[in-house]
Amino acid sequence: MPDHALHSHLSDTELRVRALESLLADKGLVDPTALDAIVDTYENKVGPRNGARVVARAWVDEDFRQWLLRDGTAAIDSLGYVSTQGADIVVLENTATVHNMTVCTLCSCYPWAVLGLPPAWYKSFAYRARAVKDPRGVLAEFGQVIPAELEVRVWDSTAEVRYMVLPQQPPGTEALSEDALADLVTRNAMIGTERLGQDRGRG
Amino acid sequence: MTTSPTPSELPSLPRDEDSPVFREPWEAQAFAMTLWLHEQGHFTWPEWAERLSTEITAAQDDGDSDRGDTYYLHWLKALEGLVAEKGLLSTADLSDRKAAWAKAAQATPHGQPIELPTEP
Repeated sequence: MPDHALHSHLSDTELRVRALESLLADKGLVDPTALDAIVDTYENKVGPRNGARVVARAWVDEDFRQWLLRDGTAAIDSLGYVSTQGADIVVLENTATVHNMTVCTLCSCYPWAVLGLPPAWYKSFAYRARAVKDPRGVLAEFGQVIPAELEVRVWDSTAEVRYMVLPQQPPGTEALSEDALADLVTRNAMIGTERLGQDRGRG
Repeated sequence: MTTSPTPSELPSLPRDEDSPVFREPWEAQAFAMTLWLHEQGHFTWPEWAERLSTEITAAQDDGDSDRGDTYYLHWLKALEGLVAEKGLLSTADLSDRKAAWAKAAQATPHGQPIELPTEP
């Protein structure tokens, strides 16, 4: 029987993380229970549903929509979501003539409080580089058809400012409840790599 | 990289529509430690973001494929660097503790929780 089957094995990376956490805990710099709570929050409690509720509220409540566009951080805070590491959230409104798309070319900053943690593609070099150079190509790869006359604006996040897209409400959904509207809003629509109401069945 | 590739030469986007936010438990631990230390005021978020982007760029220069799946490796390296720079821990302490964990794993039968021996 090979030796490694008899005893436990931790990868080099796991060893580094255990070393870091146990030393920080010994010095009273981290509290393992608090760390578990943070993980639980980001794995299970926040996520794109928070953002979807913000969007649905903006669709049904014109005052909230205006507040959200004027001061995204305060309007989002009013719904009671988690802190954003001190960063302001700026909300960008899609219109009949402008489509917004967000990226962080440096380090994949992301509006966690409303969208949870970013998908791998958002953190990839391909997205970071191509979102800026070739946003229409990226949108096409996501199966999105962007008419030539629609202006595409790309916003690069920083440590101080995170962006979130306010998608257009799909036509024909005016009678839906706020909860039902929130169900229509996808994570990608709030990053700007999807336009709601398009047929996503292709490709 | 000396020239900017044209869009068509750039790699295609990784697909991961339904993947979990953390691929392995250590990624979540590294993430949580960073948030906690920031919330306790040990560093500012711009300091963190700068450190992380430096590690990402360095990894890329070293040939990292940078498809998003190595993100938390860069994150961990940035965290190790920042806690040392801020004087919270020394690099020597980290490497000693890492060796202690390796030894503990070696001494633990497979399937049982790995624990550090209490210090004398």
